[in-house]
Amino acid sequence: MAVNILGYMERTSPIHRLSGLTKLIVFLLWSSVAMLTYDTRVLCVLFIASLVIFSLSKISVRDISFVLIIILAFLALNNVAIYLFSPSEGVSIYGTSHVIWEGIGRYNLTWEQLFYQLNITLKYFVVIPAALLFILTTHPSEFAASLNKIGISYKIGIAVSLALRYIPDIQRDFRTIAQVQQTRGIDLSKNEKLIKRLKNVASIMLPLIFSSLDRIEVISNAMELRSFGKHKKRTWYSARPLLKPDFFTLIISVVLFIVAMLVTFYDGNRFYNPF
Amino acid sequence: MKEPIIAFNQFTFKYHSQTEPTLHNIDATIYQGEKVLILGPSGSGKSTLVHCLNGLVPFSYKGKIEGELLINGQNTKDLDIFTISTMVGTVLQDTDGQFIGITVGEDLAFSLENEQVPQQEMKEIVQQVAELVEVEDHMNHATHELSGGQKQRVSLGGVMVDEKVDILLFDEPLANLDPATGQYAMDLIDRVHQETDKTIVMIEHRLEDALHIEFDRVIVMDEGKIVFNGKPNDLLASDVLEQVAIREPLYLKALKYADCPLHSQMQLADLTRLELSASNKTALQQWSIVQDDATQSFSENILEVHNLQFNYAENPILQNISFSIRQGEMVSIVGKNGAGKSTLSKLICGFEQMDSGEILLHGEDISNKTIFDRASKIGFVLQNPNHMITKHFIYDEIALGLINRGYDQAEIDKRVIHALKVFGLYPFRNWPISALSYGQKKRVTIASILVLEPSILILDEPTAGQDFRHYTEMMTFLQELNANGTTIMFITHDMHLMLEYTSRSIVLADGRLIADRSAVDVLTDDQVVVKANLKRTSLFDLAQKANAQDPKAFVHQFIAYDRKVRKRWL
Amino acid sequence: MKGNLSIRTIVAIGIGAAVYVILGRFLTIPTGIPNTNIETAVAFLAFMAVLFGPIAGGLIGLIGHALKDVLLWGSIWWSWVFVSLFIGLFIGLFARKIAVENGEFGTKQIVTFNVVQVIVQAIGWILLAPLLDILIYAEPASKVFTQGAVASISNIISVGVVGTILLAAYAKTRTKGNSLSKES
Ligand SMILES: Nc1ncnc2c1ncn2[C@@H]1O[C@H](COP(=O)(O)OP(=O)(O)OP(=O)(O)O)[C@@H](O)[C@H]1O
Ligand SMILES: Nc1ncnc2c1ncn2[C@@H]1O[C@H](COP(=O)(O)OP(=O)(O)OP(=O)(O)O)[C@@H](O)[C@H]1O
Ligand SMILES: [Mg+2]
Ligand SMILES: [Mg+2]
Repeated sequence: MAVNILGYMERTSPIHRLSGLTKLIVFLLWSSVAMLTYDTRVLCVLFIASLVIFSLSKISVRDISFVLIIILAFLALNNVAIYLFSPSEGVSIYGTSHVIWEGIGRYNLTWEQLFYQLNITLKYFVVIPAALLFILTTHPSEFAASLNKIGISYKIGIAVSLALRYIPDIQRDFRTIAQVQQTRGIDLSKNEKLIKRLKNVASIMLPLIFSSLDRIEVISNAMELRSFGKHKKRTWYSARPLLKPDFFTLIISVVLFIVAMLVTFYDGNRFYNPF
Repeated sequence: MKEPIIAFNQFTFKYHSQTEPTLHNIDATIYQGEKVLILGPSGSGKSTLVHCLNGLVPFSYKGKIEGELLINGQNTKDLDIFTISTMVGTVLQDTDGQFIGITVGEDLAFSLENEQVPQQEMKEIVQQVAELVEVEDHMNHATHELSGGQKQRVSLGGVMVDEKVDILLFDEPLANLDPATGQYAMDLIDRVHQETDKTIVMIEHRLEDALHIEFDRVIVMDEGKIVFNGKPNDLLASDVLEQVAIREPLYLKALKYADCPLHSQMQLADLTRLELSASNKTALQQWSIVQDDATQSFSENILEVHNLQFNYAENPILQNISFSIRQGEMVSIVGKNGAGKSTLSKLICGFEQMDSGEILLHGEDISNKTIFDRASKIGFVLQNPNHMITKHFIYDEIALGLINRGYDQAEIDKRVIHALKVFGLYPFRNWPISALSYGQKKRVTIASILVLEPSILILDEPTAGQDFRHYTEMMTFLQELNANGTTIMFITHDMHLMLEYTSRSIVLADGRLIADRSAVDVLTDDQVVVKANLKRTSLFDLAQKANAQDPKAFVHQFIAYDRKVRKRWL
Repeated sequence: MKGNLSIRTIVAIGIGAAVYVILGRFLTIPTGIPNTNIETAVAFLAFMAVLFGPIAGGLIGLIGHALKDVLLWGSIWWSWVFVSLFIGLFIGLFARKIAVENGEFGTKQIVTFNVVQVIVQAIGWILLAPLLDILIYAEPASKVFTQGAVASISNIISVGVVGTILLAAYAKTRTKGNSLSKES
């Protein structure tokens, strides 16, 4: 049950060696480009770049196979859905229509549609690795410090690291509570009527939530007793200083960001139109 | 004499939600550098007292305060919690809740981070403290991967990093620690005290284990009042412990059984220095002439485990475990923190699936029976009460299992009321469970299983954080159940319980079964004791001190005699 | 304004986010209608928003949802993450006056809570989510609006049923001042 939740993977790689702060900034830049742009050329470059970074990070496909499968399945489904809902989206975007094959009713297959859907798929392929790489190569205890360094209140930083700190515990609690409930004849795996299911879910949720509320009390007390929030600022035990490679990476990614934005918007349109 | 550092003057505190004060006119003074032990029944207000010292009362727990409390001569009324926390460091009763850092190192550093200590300096301090509490090899481990003992050390370190703190509070530091680790923790605290001369205030139910180090003073509380405040030796010589029902050390009990007159000059608090007069020795020797211990005879096996094997994600937790439990037995499972005791019981109850081996109940394999099926035969009380409690009111919680099994209201009422009374919860029956002390919560969960009257009962550390009165009531009740044919298995770190109540002990160490013998044999066999982090019973040492010809026989005799005595007041 | 968050709120955000992740991963109830589940996580979000207020609600939505996405799928679905933030924030904003702390959660409060949650979620899922999807991913309008509609229905049901249960249960546990005394 602890398996198939993603997490930091210990490796010795240049990516791992980068400071969490660097990776956070790159991650944010990357995500925003990936979201803004629709330019096929930019997307291609980013896609290739992401492949390179992945190989650098020494994370093997096997490590993340289960997410990859989910993602691919999702993309396939999504493409089908898009085609069913609006088979001529591409035509309306690129303003031309090169029909490959006459379908029933509005379901003509056009080059524009293919190209459009290719773009969408490509886009997801670019959006996905950023977060994945970040989570796999950054030690959680660096998150808080990094968030704080890019100007987010350290209290929010601590909140995030508390979340990461307590996910395993709460997962364990959840499991134990579920098992205790089974001794009382409450079983989620069983196929039952919706109402019954709801009752069962509630009887597991309630202890989980209430024990979590207790946790909140205990932890607040513990933090209070260890003078949290005493000052406007705080220092970080596990923050890592920026080194040459970090600055190097940051500069490159900022430049790339600007270029990408220019390429995308110089013709005032997010879409690259080959037709 | 050193100057006072803590002074309670006519101090009274009432929780907002209570009608009665929890602390009544406390008057006590603690001096700089003292080591003070606080004893008292569950619910007597020990934790509350500690919360008053560290500022959680009234900053986190609202309530009404009368009288005054001075720390370093300053009235806490005029201080905010930050100021207090620079003077007072606290290790809370529940260790899991107080880890904030993701890794050990981070957690140790937490208060330094808040004090804006520069990273380099911080790393040095943390390293020093880590070495002091001996966790320097685990700096990058996630705090939730630690064993009970390691958790204790980290939480101690977490308050140690702040040099300015001159008072250290410990709320039951030994609960859930195996005896050896417990002793280790006490030594650690003692060493910290010697090296830093901080004032130590400790709450602990396990008196004999606490007395492993020398306290300057013991404060005994009962119902929110101080009933004793003096030297350990005087306390042990007096009859206060019996009055407020706190369990006395076994060797002391033995001395009383052998009618040795006790007085405070005997160094009662420290067995190694205990002074036995010739007459005491002869008395003990006389008394220890063995009267044969009525050995019970049992019918067929009710539970059998055959070379059971279990791994958590590749790493082996339990390896070829085999044992059998006979109908009507009372067995203890003991061993190191992290040895696999809880896991073993989870496997028996079907919470986890074993990798190989078989489990037989009444001779039939239950390996592929569901949790629910097993639960109707095997009752399991978990280590952590918060994992079991699903209702908000005590009555509902205890009744839940009965309701789900379709008993009629009358029967439910009967059983629940009985359980409530047995467990001393009757006065609280309409309270939300959230307002109970830890010990009280734990009792609620045991009651909620016992009302189901299962044929095998597995209790995971039932007496952790229980005071002696409730301990005795509970154990007596369990003995009644046992006498009526219920088979009972205890997972425990309590050597007293193991010795006094269980005929046989199954000893685990590092995932292997290393002994399956009578409790006395186990606790007098140094090899096993060391391997499994147990503690040789003080009775044995006393016997040697009294140069009884057969110390082991002495222990047997004690148990037999003790059983008889207890039978009498059943 | 985030400077003066109370410690309790901060911890609530952290633990809340963690619970959100676990619920999102392990506790969704299939309704029988294809790919519409009762998301207990959303109900929990609403619950926490009412208890700890808009900032906590919003941040639990943001952090919890983002973490859930990234820990389970390895990629963050920003458009929907933002909607969770929006929902937590506004339910917290408008439903905060239901003072469950002092143990009252009667018909009046139930109605207020549900009116608020229905409106907020309708806006969130039927408007916000699709618009963002179009903006960010240039997905076809017809598709994303249908998706949004479906999501809004199932989530409104989740919060309406599970969220209400949670709040009611919570209200029951609140002990009023001077109410606890030992009975013989
Ligand atoms: N937060 C609270 N609100 C209301 N009452 C409380 C609260 N905490 C404790 N009490 C009550 O105060 C009394 C003393 O509780 P406390 O935790 O101090 O006992 P204790 O001596 O530490 O017991 P234990 O040995 O079981 O920890 C108990 O009866 C409990 O019901
Ligand atoms: N959910 C889990 N995931 C991974 N490892 C676990 C899990 N639960 C327990 N373990 C490991 O299994 C081992 C045995 O744990 P267990 O709780 O059975 O020990 P124990 O004998 O009950 O210890 P204690 O006396 O402290 O309760 C420990 O090393 C623990 O770290
Ligand atoms: Mg206590
Ligand atoms: Mg255990």
